[in-house]
Amino acid sequence: MNYETVIGLEVHVHLKTASKMFCGCSTKFGSPPNTQVCPICLGFPGVLPVINNKAFSLGIKTALALNCRIAEFTKFDRKHYFYPDLPKNFQISQYDKPFSHDGFLDIETAEAVKKIRLKRIHLEEDAGKLVHKEEDDYSLVDYNRAGIPLLEIVTEPDIGSPSEAYEFLVKLKNILEYLEVSNCNMEEGSLRCDANISVRPIGQSELGTKIELKNMNSFKAVRQGLEYEAERQTAVLKEGKKIEFQETRLWDSEQLVTYTMRSKEEAHDYRYFPEPDLPPVVPNAALIEEIRKTLPEMPKQRRERFIRDYALSGYDAQILTKEKKLADFFEACLKIFNKPKIVANWLMSDIAAALGSKGMSIGEVSFKPQDLAEILGMIESGAISGKMAKELLKESIDTGKRPAEIAKVKGLSQISDKSAISAALEKVLSMNQKAVSDYKTGKGTALTFLVGQVMKETKGKANPALVNELLKKRMGGA
Amino acid sequence: MVSKDNNNKKSEIDVGYVAKLARLALTADEIKRLGKQLNDILGYIGKLNNVDTAKVQPTSHVLPLKNVERTDKVVPSLRIEETLKNAPLKENSFFKVPKVIE
Ligand SMILES: [Zn+2]
Repeated sequence: MNYETVIGLEVHVHLKTASKMFCGCSTKFGSPPNTQVCPICLGFPGVLPVINNKAFSLGIKTALALNCRIAEFTKFDRKHYFYPDLPKNFQISQYDKPFSHDGFLDIETAEAVKKIRLKRIHLEEDAGKLVHKEEDDYSLVDYNRAGIPLLEIVTEPDIGSPSEAYEFLVKLKNILEYLEVSNCNMEEGSLRCDANISVRPIGQSELGTKIELKNMNSFKAVRQGLEYEAERQTAVLKEGKKIEFQETRLWDSEQLVTYTMRSKEEAHDYRYFPEPDLPPVVPNAALIEEIRKTLPEMPKQRRERFIRDYALSGYDAQILTKEKKLADFFEACLKIFNKPKIVANWLMSDIAAALGSKGMSIGEVSFKPQDLAEILGMIESGAISGKMAKELLKESIDTGKRPAEIAKVKGLSQISDKSAISAALEKVLSMNQKAVSDYKTGKGTALTFLVGQVMKETKGKANPALVNELLKKRMGGA
Repeated sequence: MVSKDNNNKKSEIDVGYVAKLARLALTADEIKRLGKQLNDILGYIGKLNNVDTAKVQPTSHVLPLKNVERTDKVVPSLRIEETLKNAPLKENSFFKVPKVIE
């Protein structure tokens, strides 16, 4: 019998606001523990939370970009559970009236474009962060994160494989970055993903028992965790056994296995009820339309435009639009140096390599579009060679110094002055009489050799094309 | 919380279960006594079932308020001394709690 995998994802994203969801505490990452808290986000009695309108707008913007419907009426609810990361013993979330629902996101699988339906997107507040040390018998709590606006995006169980889940996440992150609604930084926890996965015999209409999978800290971990679970569950079914009960399992990224989580709340009975301190929200239709107008060009449209307007290949356009900042860099550079294919090649080869070795992205270095344009202009005018340009580029990205400055300090400039080259040229000719006569008898390699010698004589600074041309002229006329 | 009852009989609160969710340790006597009280309350509230609500819109909030929002502005947080003042246990600027493991 053959089996199929059914996956649904739950993605949590921090919204890019200055203050928290229901109070004015800062959302800045990395501050000393418990320095961004107040009576509201600490859940003191008698305080009054108030909705952050920016968080609400960013939520609507995201929902619109993901083809969701915006609810005409929405409210917040209290979700109760006891865990020290939750100062109030309840989380303000949305239960039966999320602010948006019924959207979709298209992903490209090997065979076709597949529509992944989105069940709902709702707003909630994040919980605090727990720190445990192996050797200690206590835990430490930092509530700086408690109350940060969080968007929960829930898919329908439309995802058919771990690689589809991976593709979905890449696509979603791409869109969220284009929208500039979140930093989407998994290391800082501003983007997190949980999954539900079950396996059933192909042809069976009801779903198998689902397992909730958590603790995956990268998209790669999501794929690995799901692959492991799909195999584990299929093996159980193949033995004629059943997945007995729903449970939450955690991914162990070192052992590469999933294991049962010790239950947080024995019964998942969250006792939701309407948050009495927050009046409901009836989203204003004019506001929604206003937000709709601010939706930027999405990755797919931008990719198509790059192919159309800059005559780039589908592959190049795909790579350049994967990150919004990279696509922005590309277009900004074209404003100064308008040769799309050349700019694209440098971005995808040398710049990508230099960034890769630093483990950084284009937005994180001080290398600017005008720096690349400057280097490319220097190559074009013959001021530097391609080889020097690579050196310049790497150093500029590494040190943050301007290319022209580095070129000046390092004496990186190409000799394109005929008289400056001719001395070296004459010296080489007189020392290599044999090569000269070889050239005259039609040996093409002799020219290459002589060009090399002149380059060596000028310490690589001569413009090789010019050397080539001068040599031919000189020997042809001799 | 309330045991399912399709035959319109009197619903019983499972006091032990509710207490467990609320992290209350009750003695057998307390469960008996509080169970009676809670069920009396439920019976009292149950009177609402006799009201004709066919023409009444369901509501989640009792006040005629909606769309109460604030602008996204950072205001100063508490000072760390104040924040940790009521904490039974602390370490550096952390709250300290019994160990929890996932
Ligand atoms: Zn606060």
